[in-house]
Amino acid sequence: MERTTGEIAVKLVVLGIGALLLFAPFLFQDVRSLEVAARICIFVVLVASYDLLIGYTGIVSFAHTMFFGFGAYGAAILLKAMGPGWTPVILGALAGVAVSLVFAVAIGLLSLRVKAIFFAMITLAAASVVLVLVSQLSQLTGGEDGITYRAPDVFKPATKILTDADGKVLRIFDVRINGKLAAYYFVFFTSLIMFLMLLRFVGSPLGTVLKAIRENEGRAEAIGYRVVAYRTFVFCLSAVFASLAGTVYAVWLKYTGPDTALSFAIMIDILLMVVIGGMGTMWGAVIGAVLMIMAQYYLRDLMGAASEALHGLPVLPELLAPDRWLFWLGIIFILLVYFFPKGIAGTAMAAGARR
Amino acid sequence: MTTPSLVTRDLTIRFGGHVAVNAVSCAFHPGELTVIVGPNGAGKTTYFNLISGQLTASSGTVEKDGQEITRLSPSARAHHGIGRAFQLTNLFPHLTVLENIRLTVQARAGLGWHMLRPVSHYRELARKAEHYLEATRLTPLAHQTAANLPHGDQRKLEVALLMAMEPDIYMFDEPTAGMSLDHAPDVLDLIRGIKADRSKTVLLVEHKMDVVRALADRIIVLHNGELLADGPPEEVMSSQIVRDVYLGTSEGAA
Repeated sequence: MERTTGEIAVKLVVLGIGALLLFAPFLFQDVRSLEVAARICIFVVLVASYDLLIGYTGIVSFAHTMFFGFGAYGAAILLKAMGPGWTPVILGALAGVAVSLVFAVAIGLLSLRVKAIFFAMITLAAASVVLVLVSQLSQLTGGEDGITYRAPDVFKPATKILTDADGKVLRIFDVRINGKLAAYYFVFFTSLIMFLMLLRFVGSPLGTVLKAIRENEGRAEAIGYRVVAYRTFVFCLSAVFASLAGTVYAVWLKYTGPDTALSFAIMIDILLMVVIGGMGTMWGAVIGAVLMIMAQYYLRDLMGAASEALHGLPVLPELLAPDRWLFWLGIIFILLVYFFPKGIAGTAMAAGARR
Repeated sequence: MTTPSLVTRDLTIRFGGHVAVNAVSCAFHPGELTVIVGPNGAGKTTYFNLISGQLTASSGTVEKDGQEITRLSPSARAHHGIGRAFQLTNLFPHLTVLENIRLTVQARAGLGWHMLRPVSHYRELARKAEHYLEATRLTPLAHQTAANLPHGDQRKLEVALLMAMEPDIYMFDEPTAGMSLDHAPDVLDLIRGIKADRSKTVLLVEHKMDVVRALADRIIVLHNGELLADGPPEEVMSSQIVRDVYLGTSEGAA
């Protein structure tokens, strides 16, 4: 296939982001940066698996955080009940995947035959029910407060992964090779593997069928693809990846609650990321997640600084006050959608194409 | 004659009070090209939809090689060897010509569920797709997106998809509609090629009388959803009843 310059540029950018994430603990040596880096890793998987649905197959679902939550709560509940260790993590991951599959199959078979708008409504209803249930079943889920627990011992900050001659924790470039670092690389590599798997799927014959269904489901059916079966399968597949991402996030955060794993705010974040990055590109998931999370964490600081710098001028400092960060995020989002209607990756990849 | 490959028995579909296809019984044989004619609204395309599965019959049956397929989904019928090209262009608009054809070849090969290797590793798919590109003379347009093709080439791609399905039953719904004079012969040659393979059954909805004369082994006439006449071209074309309902209309002269 011919590659466009835009496509190469997007891949280079994503590769660069990957490199930054790989060396993040060494490049940005503060707790908040590492928090941001880990969140980016998780959201790349979450957004990429959602792109499989909305971008590749044309299925609109609002239940993606529900699956993310199943994975997170699966690990959280078992880590709380069984104490720190790998067994609860693995069992929690499996339980999360199992529950996600049951829900995905049920929703899929019951409703993927109906019109897209009804399907979207059904996923919205299911997600709302689960959100209410989780806050009600506080014995099991901790309700609104969520669950705090300990991660496997290897991820404790006090754990010495490598030691120097004196038995102290080894430092490389002044970075302690401790449990916190191990936890970050656990997040990074599990996310990387999942993202590469998703990338592999969309380039396979299955990926081409999904695009065909998005383009013209009637014709896809007419040439011999069982559209309902493919849709149900891809819905399950994306649910499994969201659920696993949830488990990884739960292990990283050592806390799981509605705000971190289930709320509709996360669903909206995912939607924004996939639209900003570019639907149906996979690479866009990386760009969208990075931009959105960076904006969420740093836009306030940036605006605070800008407001300070413009001190004394009329109106401007007020306009740039850190409290107005959501307002500016909204404006940035509108401008992005206006100038990059196919998302950043989508528009860049189409640019220079000789079509 | 040989045993029929496709049979419809009392095939009927009602939309509310309107009977669009009414008790049509007909058998189609391998090696035979049947043209279905009739005025607009006669039920030709609806009859096609009942055979290829886009619509499900209210009553009556469709049988392929003696097996009943009346209630199967379109994809299941495709696997039974029923292939269909559409009257209104019905492609994958944002995919390239090559991708359109490769998808169809892939469906025929049953590889749609493969998800671990890149599609480019499936050499056989690419080889077959290129074969159909060449057969339909679309090779120079292989990397154009379907939506950007001129109408005539979209019609050719429509035919290419049907050919790539490699069905037993080929159903063409006005394949040359809206085509310029220099494109139409290509499509007619392709249909002749399929007809020359005596194992295939061809059904063709067509208005243009020169096309009908050139290709038909047999003509059936639908009128108001009912089978009005069925026989060799000369016989049907000369019958008075057909002249009254069909050839008398302006389309007969087209």
